[in-house]
Amino acid sequence: MTNYIGLIPAIPLLSFLIIALLGKFIPRKGVAILGVGSVTLSSLITIVTGVNFISSHPDGGAWISTFYTWINAGGFSADISFRLDSLSLIFCFVITFVGTLIHLYSIEFMKDDEGFARFFAYMNLFVSSMLILVLADNLLLLYFGWEGVGLCSYLLIGFWYKDPANGAAARKAFIVTRIGDTSMIIGLFLLFVSFGTLNIESVMQQAPVKWSPGAPLAVISAILLLGGALGKSAQLPLQTWLPDAMAGPSPVSALIHAATMVTAGVYLIARMNVLFTLAPAVQTAIAVIGAATLLIAGFSALTQHDLKRVLAYSTISQIGYMFLALGVGAWSAAIFHFMIHAFFKALLFLGAGSIILLLHEEHDMFKMGGLRKKLPVIFITFLIGGASLSALPLITAGFYSKDQILWLSWSSGMGSKWLWLAGITGAFITSLYTFRMIFLTFFGELKIQPKHKPGLLMTIPLIILASLSLVGGFIELPDNLGPIRLFSKLLTPLLPAITLSNETTPEWMFQIISAIISVGGIYLAYIFFYKKSAFSVSFGKSRLSYFFYKGWEFDRLYDILFVRPIVWLSEINKKDFIDKIYTCIATATGFFNMLLTKTQNGKLRWYVTVLTAGIIVLLTIMLIL
Amino acid sequence: MVTISMEIQILFAGALFLTGLLGLLVRRNIIFMLLSIEIMLNSAALVFIIAGSHWMQADGQVMFIFILTVSAAEVSVGLALILQMYHHYRTLDADAINRLHDKKENEK
Repeated sequence: MTNYIGLIPAIPLLSFLIIALLGKFIPRKGVAILGVGSVTLSSLITIVTGVNFISSHPDGGAWISTFYTWINAGGFSADISFRLDSLSLIFCFVITFVGTLIHLYSIEFMKDDEGFARFFAYMNLFVSSMLILVLADNLLLLYFGWEGVGLCSYLLIGFWYKDPANGAAARKAFIVTRIGDTSMIIGLFLLFVSFGTLNIESVMQQAPVKWSPGAPLAVISAILLLGGALGKSAQLPLQTWLPDAMAGPSPVSALIHAATMVTAGVYLIARMNVLFTLAPAVQTAIAVIGAATLLIAGFSALTQHDLKRVLAYSTISQIGYMFLALGVGAWSAAIFHFMIHAFFKALLFLGAGSIILLLHEEHDMFKMGGLRKKLPVIFITFLIGGASLSALPLITAGFYSKDQILWLSWSSGMGSKWLWLAGITGAFITSLYTFRMIFLTFFGELKIQPKHKPGLLMTIPLIILASLSLVGGFIELPDNLGPIRLFSKLLTPLLPAITLSNETTPEWMFQIISAIISVGGIYLAYIFFYKKSAFSVSFGKSRLSYFFYKGWEFDRLYDILFVRPIVWLSEINKKDFIDKIYTCIATATGFFNMLLTKTQNGKLRWYVTVLTAGIIVLLTIMLIL
Repeated sequence: MVTISMEIQILFAGALFLTGLLGLLVRRNIIFMLLSIEIMLNSAALVFIIAGSHWMQADGQVMFIFILTVSAAEVSVGLALILQMYHHYRTLDADAINRLHDKKENEK
């Protein structure tokens, strides 16, 4: 049974190779069957393996299957070896299942694109890399998958490469995440130097033995790994690449920049939870970064005009919630929110992609409107996704996942009321911007006539994701409503249980507050953007709104702090001053060569003269000395 | 028998050597240059004779015979080369034969 684990990433990889090498000779239908079929097959294998895994309860909580030794040199060894435990199972399930739906959707979305085969090749490579990332048994293989998804993200953001702006967005994403990746690889080196192995399990076992809580090395390596997670998950201060990454096709945004890749940072921190527990200061920093990010991105989402950019900022904000949960030690709540977020955010991105496609590539929400009657399926699914995002109480999955995080951010041993306050403010803003988006897009008068109704291949994934966004939350209900604890039971004992602080306020109070906040946000959005109150119109023109619109001017700040000094330095150092030393040697040699060639004139008598002069000089020196 | 002091003998050899050297430097005709070289060789050989007679040793004269042989061989090779040169270039001017010099000079 364990050997099937390897097939999960191998099948999409094989399909990538076939499409990439022979794509020109395969008709579109064949490419679609290969591209979608491979991911479907690995999602089926995941489900079968998952059912077997859960029912058999293996020793040590994991199945490990080793294929071969990748590197074995000087005491260091790394295997191509996969480890299936409940954490990687959940990630695998989300990647393959949501991935399958998005691939299916892409057949219709990309059907007129000339890069059809290229698109499916990249998507399959992405799925394969992402699966390697979550299944990896050692950190080196994890890093391999980590870089693989980064590469695919770059390739797919710049998929429509004929527009230079898309290429710039792709480079930005690649370079900004690379800053985090560099920090992460240094962290891996540090772990290797400390433990002599990169195997995740042995590092996790040795770390508490060797390092006491708060030991400097533990803190440093946790910070370095956190750097990698911040870059990949677009958290403060490396969040600037994600809004620009919307230059890619919408299915890419749904799969890579909402459901899977951007949550790799969450996965990394959850996977290395022992290390972060050993560095409480870093864990607090994670919570604070998460809280700050969710607020900053939420305010930015509130002022965007581009439908996809709203969703991009919303993604940053929701991953901020996951980081907040990780930071207060609510490991399984973070993973739960990851899963639910993958469902509804993929749904929202796919819906937005359909709208943009059917409205002739119009991205601006203010030019849309009245689509409720024209595109009913998209409207209803989008509404469900939006309700789940804004955590509409009781019926949506988003309520259960977000409420858990909010409650734990207050009542966890590491939580505080300030974190909760940030979270609840963020929740209010979330429902405000979500329904701003819905009111602007679907209500009001019809401004652009859609091209045609979406086809079945588009609507079926939307409907499946919408139903998951509703019922997905019922596998994990809070104690006063269920209690059903399927999800967190699956994750224990892999992820440590949360320690609650002594004086806990009852959970129902928080639930009622967040329910009021969520509905209140929707009502305010109704007043502001359906009734179009004077305040919302004047605020939309204010300078503060522009500041939010520009993503708190982080791009300008980084431009002044980093980009311009580097450009200035390279401008004044165009001819590389270190090179000058070497060119100087070359010039001097050339000069002496020129002098010496002058003496080589072919005149015999000249040679004799020089010879004699030389002898005289030498004799003189000998006589004098 | 009048004895000439060694200094004068050596000075005479040196003068002979310089004559040869100047001839080599000044002359352009290659036959004269060869002759000048012979003079220089002989001046060197003379120093051996002088030294041999001064220390009453036969080695100096032996060396002289050697030098004579070498110079005979050298002259025969030299004359053969000069013949060949005259065949090729129809001149005996040493400065005219400078095809081995660096080409860059001409290009500039």
